[in-house]
Amino acid sequence: MKILVPVKRAIDSNVKARVKSDQTGVDLANVKMSMNPFCEIAVEEAVRLKEKGLAEEIVAVSIGPIQAQETIRTALAIGADRGILIQTDADPEPLEVAKLLKAVALAEAPRLILMGKQAIDGDNNAVGQMLSALLDWPQATFAYKIELSPQVVRVTREVDGGLQTLELDLPAVVTADLRLNEPRYASLPNIMKAKKKTIDVKTADDYGGAGAGHLKVLRVTEPARRTAGVKVENAADLVARLKTEAGVL
Amino acid sequence: MAVLVVADHDNAQLKDNTHKTVTAALALTSDVDVLVAGAGVTDVAAQAARIAGVRKVLTAESEALGKQIAEALSGCVVPLMGGYDAVLAPATSVGKNFSPRVAALLDVAPISEIVEVVGADTFTRPIYAGNALETVQSSDAKRVITVRATAFKAAEEGGSAPVEAVDPGPGAPATRFVSEEILKSDRPELAAAKIVVSGGRAMGSAEEFHRVIEPLADRLGAAVGASRAAVDAGYAPNDYQVGQTGKVVAPQLYIAIGISGAIQHLAGMKDSKVIVAINKDADAPIFQVADYGLVADYKTAVPELMAALAAAGK
Ligand SMILES: Cc1cc2nc3c(=O)[nH]c(=O)nc-3n(C[C@H](O)[C@H](O)[C@H](O)COP(=O)(O)OP(=O)(O)OC[C@H]3O[C@@H](n4cnc5c(N)ncnc54)[C@H](O)[C@@H]3O)c2cc1C
Ligand SMILES: Nc1ncnc2c1ncn2[C@@H]1O[C@H](COP(=O)(O)O)[C@@H](O)[C@H]1O
Repeated sequence: MKILVPVKRAIDSNVKARVKSDQTGVDLANVKMSMNPFCEIAVEEAVRLKEKGLAEEIVAVSIGPIQAQETIRTALAIGADRGILIQTDADPEPLEVAKLLKAVALAEAPRLILMGKQAIDGDNNAVGQMLSALLDWPQATFAYKIELSPQVVRVTREVDGGLQTLELDLPAVVTADLRLNEPRYASLPNIMKAKKKTIDVKTADDYGGAGAGHLKVLRVTEPARRTAGVKVENAADLVARLKTEAGVL
Repeated sequence: MAVLVVADHDNAQLKDNTHKTVTAALALTSDVDVLVAGAGVTDVAAQAARIAGVRKVLTAESEALGKQIAEALSGCVVPLMGGYDAVLAPATSVGKNFSPRVAALLDVAPISEIVEVVGADTFTRPIYAGNALETVQSSDAKRVITVRATAFKAAEEGGSAPVEAVDPGPGAPATRFVSEEILKSDRPELAAAKIVVSGGRAMGSAEEFHRVIEPLADRLGAAVGASRAAVDAGYAPNDYQVGQTGKVVAPQLYIAIGISGAIQHLAGMKDSKVIVAINKDADAPIFQVADYGLVADYKTAVPELMAALAAAGK
């Protein structure tokens, strides 16, 4: 079967985002960008499924600027077979992303779409659920364990309070949580091999257009900053201060 | 303007997140209805009817709703939206799961985890692991929102809204519930606790986590939390994870023990009223947000803290 893996280029998770002084957004100039960590987990899982003989082809798709090709190359180096870049300099909202991914899914006809639960820039946690709804394919978000067979996928999900296991008819949409796996480091030979794999560069118009955004960002501000408090001498000092100064005991 | 709030519950108890989401809804309008979708929810509906300010409680029941299956929830909510301008759900694993589906089916932009209602169409939400706050204005006719419950006060009790059954919708024919493992604990719920004691990678083993963190939590009547590193290493269950991708907490007192204070962890606890950090590394970033820092090895500091609490009658 074919697995489609949408991957997003996002700020590297080790970088602390800084708000621009004119409050128009986050300053991304000269900031390290990487594949969104949850997408990396999705790619890794797809590759493991292929290695187990449960999938034949993995297609990585990204919507973003030309540099998102690097993100797709990372996916190819982990083990995806080919890539599609829908090139745009606009920063599409989850609804637009979901509509474009729907068009890609209809064109590619995968049996499974494996993606991240959340992009760590917008923290929306929305595209997978929206894609599932638009395609009318079943969904399992926050995957902790995936058992794939030709007709169904069994997904154990991380939910508040514990774990829930669902069985979905294929085709289906599954979003990855952190504990699904630990992505491998791509080996040098695989990085070299990835350079020879194809990436089709497309535009949103090739997939029916991106549509206009529905949300206007009025401002982006820095949250109230906490200041470092005091260092206490010992546990007794701490308890005394929590009782009298802070009044929380 | 009328707003529908989708209740958080486990088919037996209504959760406090619902009261907090009602507060967010009441900031938009006084016409707030609550939907209790589940199985065997008569008692939950009665609890929802007592929330002050609620106009009406709707109940929808089916097997799939009883398991909170996302497809079933969106299939129930979407037809109701003819009568509402907005739908709000707490940003729990259930709310995050079904709410974007409702938005997609209504062809509107979802707005995730709001922390402030600025106006009827304008909301503030954290982005980039809480390192920035974004204020967005929606041009959609209907709005689909999840609410970060810790940012809102719980609505009071004292109402007596009428309860009415509605169509549960088509269920989830392609999605089957197989099983669940829900942890049972006598401690307060992490997201709602007044005090949270969290342990990090420094614990080194699950036994040490139980031995060190849990007695302290129990002495304080606190919930137990953990860093991702502690969860990943198997020292604590996944449900304990505090942070960008775990639970967001804002207790009166948060005690971080052997946690370095990575941005992703801070995202989940930096709105706590008072933060205490115990870490042997004086340069650990957690001290930059801690009101009270104790630079010490937890192996000696925690027993001393237990003794000091006992001496203080705690
Ligand atoms: C996409 C993404 C999402 C993430 N989401 C989350 C999240 O939701 N929540 C989260 O917590 N993390 C999250 N992380 C992980 C995060 O980046 C950190 O790796 C993690 O928080 C570190 O956990 P820690 O502080 O327990 O471990 P460490 O960073 O290893 O810190 C251990 C600390 O213990 C101290 N210590 C060691 N021994 C002792 C001792 N004997 N006594 C006292 N102190 C001691 C050390 O000085 C150190 O500061 C995420 C990461 C990514 C990439
Ligand atoms: N621009 C994009 N290109 C490709 N995939 C995306 C894009 N944006 C989001 N996604 C996918 O949707 C997931 C969830 O993102 P979000 O809903 O934006 O938090 C990500 O982990 C990706 O798998």
